[in-house]
Amino acid sequence: MKKLLAIGPALSFISAHRLPRRRTTRRGPWNAVGAALLGAALLAPDLALAQHEALPAFKQLNSMEARVQGCVTCHGQSGQGTANGYFPRIAGKPAGYLYNQLVAFRDGTRRYPPMNYLVAYLPDPYLREIAEHFAQLRPPFAAREQPTVDPGVLARGEALVAQGDALKGIPACAACHGAGLTGMNPGIPGLVGLRPTYIAAQLTRWRVGERHAAEPDCMKRISTRLSDTDIAAVSSWLASRDPPRDPSPESSNLVRMPFACGSQGPR
Amino acid sequence: MRLAPRIIVTLLVIAGVAAIALALLRPRPLAPSPASSAAASATSDAMTQLINKGEYLARAGDCVACHTAPGGREFAGARAMPTPFGNIWVPNITPDEETGIGLYTADEFYRMMHTGISRDGKLLYPAMPFASYTKVTREDSDAIHAYLMSVPPVKQMNRPHELRFPYNNRELLVGWRTLYFREGEYKSDPGQSAQWNRGGYLVQGLGHCAMCHTAVNVLGGSSESKAFEGGMIPNQNWYAPSLTSNREAGLGNWSIKEITDLLQVGVSHRSTVYGPMAEVVYNSLQYLSDADVEAMAVYLKALPQRDSEPPPTSQARLVRPEVMESGRRIYEKQCAMCHGEEGKGQPPAYPPLAGNQSITMSSPVNSIRMVLNGGYPPGTKKNPRSHGMPPFNHILNDEEVAAVVTYIRVAWENSGTPVTPGQANELRKLLPE
Repeated sequence: MKKLLAIGPALSFISAHRLPRRRTTRRGPWNAVGAALLGAALLAPDLALAQHEALPAFKQLNSMEARVQGCVTCHGQSGQGTANGYFPRIAGKPAGYLYNQLVAFRDGTRRYPPMNYLVAYLPDPYLREIAEHFAQLRPPFAAREQPTVDPGVLARGEALVAQGDALKGIPACAACHGAGLTGMNPGIPGLVGLRPTYIAAQLTRWRVGERHAAEPDCMKRISTRLSDTDIAAVSSWLASRDPPRDPSPESSNLVRMPFACGSQGPR
Repeated sequence: MRLAPRIIVTLLVIAGVAAIALALLRPRPLAPSPASSAAASATSDAMTQLINKGEYLARAGDCVACHTAPGGREFAGARAMPTPFGNIWVPNITPDEETGIGLYTADEFYRMMHTGISRDGKLLYPAMPFASYTKVTREDSDAIHAYLMSVPPVKQMNRPHELRFPYNNRELLVGWRTLYFREGEYKSDPGQSAQWNRGGYLVQGLGHCAMCHTAVNVLGGSSESKAFEGGMIPNQNWYAPSLTSNREAGLGNWSIKEITDLLQVGVSHRSTVYGPMAEVVYNSLQYLSDADVEAMAVYLKALPQRDSEPPPTSQARLVRPEVMESGRRIYEKQCAMCHGEEGKGQPPAYPPLAGNQSITMSSPVNSIRMVLNGGYPPGTKKNPRSHGMPPFNHILNDEEVAAVVTYIRVAWENSGTPVTPGQANELRKLLPE
């Protein structure tokens, strides 16, 4: 069961594009577990708003707002995310991080077929522009989720995020993702405003070698030291936090990071 | 005492002779004679021109699309091409002598292009479009050869194909070739303009358009009598529309500008390329000269129009009123923002749906796939920042997808037929690509 908790969301995430009516048509064994994590999202009071925010809409045809309409049904009009727990908030993440992801999706080094397909034939400068567009947006955060795990698990999550686990050689998330967990320019994403399903899926994919970053790949080192329970704890705790007042990423490399990170470029 | 000076003199003489000899024999830069430097630069200019020409023609042939693995070194192969008969592993065509084509002479390269026989005498599988490349002139083949020899060699072993029995037996290709392969360079039609002939040469030869736009039969062959009549692209699950039917992508009533825009820019006032054709525009057609793209447009527009099937009967076009109403509601909520109230679109950013042949043609595959997966037209030199369409597969169920696709196929005097939820469901199961 513990295993399902972490692997379940990852598997569901991988197959999300095949299961659009997932709640009524095909309910796999892991979906029941996923549903527990998803429950808060699906019942959130801002659901109607989120759905509306996912409809195509723009003011000027010749604008970035119009050009990124291809993103809105999954990531929301302003990149704030939608009611679907598998699609991340992308607004306000560092432009360098978003650009790296778009290039990786285009070149197939990060695999998620719906994204691989969408950006397959877009040139670098345009991907850069799309990344910068979403990086500078600051839409309001969705209401935070009520944690569904027990307090002990949450406490473990908080400890990992704030202090890490010296015995297992796991540095604190905050050491690189910023004291406010809003990320660090140019390449480290914020962890605020992400749903537990998404965070757990990404950590799991990293651990099993399906997701990579530029070498040296610090997240590979970290994720392989996380247990299933650790992943569930971190993702639940992160998702339970109130959004920060200023979601902007921290400045580039003001602190020494515990692990070398290829996405940050040379110091 | 007398001996020493003589020795010294002798030594001095020897030293002097040696110094003179060294001075005379020392290698030094050849005195640049004006004539020979002109000849040298003329040679290198000729080589530069040949390689440039070859690079351009290799673009026209879109070699890079198949011979480069995603994220891999250019032309180094090692890419699995799924076919109905199993996986073909595309070979390394960099000039590495051990693993690539570095040992191919221009003669051997031409024989490969022209007859589909490799340097070691093997019959090539027709995934290599030699049935089209046979039309390429010797001169153009030599230029492509010179270009490929000039790119960085990459040492990467080819992998054996993974074809099922009996297709793993190359002897069978003899039969295939008898049925479907006609060797021969492009023959100009003296009754047509030079521009039309240039277009025909590019479309039939390097462009290898027939590979997708002519239906492929169970043996993986395309029949010449059905040239450009359209068909499903094996293993990609996109429909390549007929180029000879005004009900599909027949270009008879398009302007030349609309055709060249579609081919070179990727978007036009009539319609937009997505899927496999977006790949062709992105890797190949956007790099062709305006003159060559226009020649292709002239040739394509002049293809004889012959509809292979009659227009749908009014019976076939009947739609249940509640389906139509459901489709209209979805359209207004999800689609009208970009495609307009009357399906007029906002071309070229968002294509029109009213009067768009790719919406109304008998196969609804492409329309359904677009609703499910969305799509971005290729970012090209003339349209680097394309407008995209989002996926709706997580928002609309099969009935809703069928209703909205039915709606756009029959509304605004469009001549299409309704589609079923089952058709939407079939395509939903496939990965977007």
